Amino acid sequence: MFCSRIPLTTDHCMFTGEKIAILLEQLGVTHVVTVPDSTIGRWQSAIEERGATRVVRVCREGEAWQVAAGLHLGGATPLVLIQCTGLLESGDAIRNALHDFGLPLFAIIGYRSYLNQDTLPGDTCLAFTEPTLDAWKIDYRLIADPSQFDEIGAHWTACRDAHVPGAILLAEGKA
Amino acid sequence: MTAPTTTQTAHTARMSAKDALAVVHAARGPRDIVITTMTPSRDWMLLPQHPLDLVLVPSAMGSAPSMGLGLALAQPNRRVIVCNGDGSMLMNLGSLVSIMNARATNLVIIVFVNGTYEVTGSQPVPGAGVVDYAALARAAGFESVHAYASDEAWRSDVRRVIDATGPTFVALAVEPIHGQPGPKSPGPARERARKFAEALRR
Repeated sequence: MFCSRIPLTTDHCMFTGEKIAILLEQLGVTHVVTVPDSTIGRWQSAIEERGATRVVRVCREGEAWQVAAGLHLGGATPLVLIQCTGLLESGDAIRNALHDFGLPLFAIIGYRSYLNQDTLPGDTCLAFTEPTLDAWKIDYRLIADPSQFDEIGAHWTACRDAHVPGAILLAEGKA
Repeated sequence: MTAPTTTQTAHTARMSAKDALAVVHAARGPRDIVITTMTPSRDWMLLPQHPLDLVLVPSAMGSAPSMGLGLALAQPNRRVIVCNGDGSMLMNLGSLVSIMNARATNLVIIVFVNGTYEVTGSQPVPGAGVVDYAALARAAGFESVHAYASDEAWRSDVRRVIDATGPTFVALAVEPIHGQPGPKSPGPARERARKFAEALRR
């Protein structure tokens, strides 16, 4: 289902890289395994500059879950950072890591076109992203406004304490 | 860094997959992690098992090198050996680039090149008999690259190969085994994952 959106006139990035980098450090994230998009990709340099969290660049998003699975089994605390298109690409990796091996991996997923469809009117990401998260039984929170920043850490902590997979779905502007 | 070898490029000579895997089994150290998948996992399970064996059955096909990368980064003081198939390698070629980019010096990727999807009935993989996996690894940036078609040569070199500063890539030309069943899960995956993670903490 296509939901109504708050139209924005410019590309939109709710949180600075520095703010995210500090949060990841506070949460104890050791590795960010990522394929960038135009929103979340802007965070990479800030994360690397702080030095507390290693950025692991992979070639496709399914790989990100698999690398994160290895990191988790090895005692690290990874975060998967991808766009929703990459979530759609990731199905079998999610099935295996989260449901066969039962690993409680966590992701921040950029939600393309949620705030602005100027570039891609009728972007089908809006039709399939949330049903896909539901299908994979990933407990997610939609962050669509900067005032929700604290919900990112709160949901991470809740999922960690419950040992379940989780995700933040981060509303993005133009593709 | 060891000099690349070019023992095998065309698949004219091959060794027994089980013999090649037995060489890995004999060479692995007590602290080494060994990940197996697809046909190598079936044959690995016939050998004595170790708490740091991770049998990826069930798997997301192609995932073993990526899982190995994660483990290598999380456990930099252990060697991680991944025994992969050629069909699985083809499914995740980008992982070679990711491994290089992450500078996972403790990671060894061994590809058992039999030219077939053996577990599904030995259909040919794309590029069977043509693709040079060692060359693919070199092109991805691997410097420690090796290829073997005889178990004598592989057995003779294995210690030097896996002890080299990695990431290391090994292509082993092996005979396909027709008519054998695919690997069976050795037990509930969640329980195995829990025990494996525990063994790593010891």
